[in-house]
Amino acid sequence: MEQKVIEQGVTINKESVGGELLRRFKYNRSAVFGLIIILFMVFCAITADFIAPNDPYPSPPLLANKLKPGFWSEKGAEGMPLGSDGLGRCVLSRIIYGARVSLTAGFVAVGIAMVLGITFGVLSGYFGGWVDAVIMRIVDIMFAFPALLLAIVIVTVVGQGLEKAMIAIGIVYSPQMARIIRSSVLYIKEMEYIEVQKAIGSSHWWIIRRHVLPNSIAPVIVYGTLMLASAILDCAALGFLGLGAQPPIPEWGAMLSDSYSFIVSGAWWAATFPGIAILLSVLGLNLLGDGLRDILDPRLKQ
Amino acid sequence: MLIPVLLGASIIAFSLIHLAPGDPARTIAGEHASVQTIEKIRVKYGLDKPLITQYWIWLKQALQGDFGRSIVSNEYVSKEIWSRFPNTVELTLFAMFIAIIVGVLAGIISASHQYSLWDYSFMGIALFGVSMPVFWLGIMLMMIFGVYLRWLPISGRISVMIPFTRITGFYLIDSIITGNGAAFLSSLHHLILPSLALGTIPMATIARVTRSSMLEVLRQDFIRTERAKGLSERLVIYKHAVRNALIPVVTVIGLNFGLLLAGAILTETVFSWPGVGRYVVNAVQMRDYPAVQGCVLFFSVIFVIVNLITDIIYVYIDPRIKYQ
Repeated sequence: MEQKVIEQGVTINKESVGGELLRRFKYNRSAVFGLIIILFMVFCAITADFIAPNDPYPSPPLLANKLKPGFWSEKGAEGMPLGSDGLGRCVLSRIIYGARVSLTAGFVAVGIAMVLGITFGVLSGYFGGWVDAVIMRIVDIMFAFPALLLAIVIVTVVGQGLEKAMIAIGIVYSPQMARIIRSSVLYIKEMEYIEVQKAIGSSHWWIIRRHVLPNSIAPVIVYGTLMLASAILDCAALGFLGLGAQPPIPEWGAMLSDSYSFIVSGAWWAATFPGIAILLSVLGLNLLGDGLRDILDPRLKQ
Repeated sequence: MLIPVLLGASIIAFSLIHLAPGDPARTIAGEHASVQTIEKIRVKYGLDKPLITQYWIWLKQALQGDFGRSIVSNEYVSKEIWSRFPNTVELTLFAMFIAIIVGVLAGIISASHQYSLWDYSFMGIALFGVSMPVFWLGIMLMMIFGVYLRWLPISGRISVMIPFTRITGFYLIDSIITGNGAAFLSSLHHLILPSLALGTIPMATIARVTRSSMLEVLRQDFIRTERAKGLSERLVIYKHAVRNALIPVVTVIGLNFGLLLAGAILTETVFSWPGVGRYVVNAVQMRDYPAVQGCVLFFSVIFVIVNLITDIIYVYIDPRIKYQ
């Protein structure tokens, strides 16, 4: 009987924690707004095959439809609400397919950064000593380069292309993740319950997996979201420089670099809309990340 | 701290050419070089020696400012970088200048009129500013002010029609020295759009940080004391609050200089700006390894120096840091 009461108490407590977080999330208007934008982008990415009005890779290219304006003009291309680009392709369809490319690229890059960053961050923070010294020196060296430059350097070595750009950005972001994890691990390591675990003879691996990692999850979620925003930006930047996604992949940055020379002849739409797509995704992720920071970890509040 | 970081950066720059797929001698010689040429280059660049020796030779030369010759132009890489560097400096400094002036002012106004229309509009714009891809913003500015309104030129450093004497490489300074008014105006005109594009992201960050820092300071006791003393609101804010609020802003400015260097790579590409950023992009595209190596080392040195300067300024502004 008594045990049941305790159990109930625990369950109620758990529910109230989850409920409290959800309640805080609902009242954080910018976080909700950011989430809506991101869900919309994810929706576009998943259903691109059904909602895109046209083929993003028409072959052969419809050059007769080259640089036609969209719905705002009477001379607009039929069935292309946002006009067509320099090869007569539907800008809207390419942006919708581009959501798939850019979001995937962002997620893969942040995934790589998380795997590397968490591994090295935990090693560094948990074991300390020379392991920590070596890892942190490497992190310092990587911080001696602006992120985009380091990504360019890696692309020079491994070659150009979307997959390689994702890997490069993942590697470039890992030191940041490693530092965040390390500081969080350093904090948790000093907790009494870790000492208890050590006293009862738990293995390092067990302590890390069951106690250290779950307790560092909040900063990982918060900074992972913010990092996703910069990863999408940097991936678009590499695409724009011609070092990331190669044509004809409908990547937003590459679309911009394909079409910005046409603004001189008045075809503004092909370069404007892909940029708005980047802006909205990054804005959504920034809002969501800032909101999550306020919700999950009030200590981090700026 | 400084030395190991720079050493590490030099190792990264050095390994570039060895990590890249293929034989480095062949890479330097180019695709269509004969076997003899490749062998000659292998000996000339010391590529037949062990890696450690090669690194030592390369580092010694790099410390003397010799990064070798560009594969593409056959010019000295260091010369190419130095001739472009003033343009990048002019661009980044001007961008930062705009960013600081506008950002700090917007932050102060927002904080002293919290929840007003000004506050909401500045912070709304700033939110978009931090999420904006700098290359897209550049294209938009080019389109509006260059193509439609025709107020400002859209690319290059100076109009080709204007005679210009090169002394220091800084166009604004050189045109003042030579008393060339037309050149000054033209180079200033060419500078506006790229530096606006480049400055927007730091501007937004600076505005946001200034606002939150100001709000924190305005809540402190000494501000209440000063208001109670009967000091005018203007004096309270601009003389007493701003000074105390600027410390975190300086940190953010320092951090943003690094981002600005990365942003310069993109901005220079958009506006065909003859700076180091555009040079490194071209070098990567052409697989001009000595040039990439030189730029990488150069950028990391600049980056580290900027961070050092930030730390020094930090101590100067807030003497308490010294005692900690």
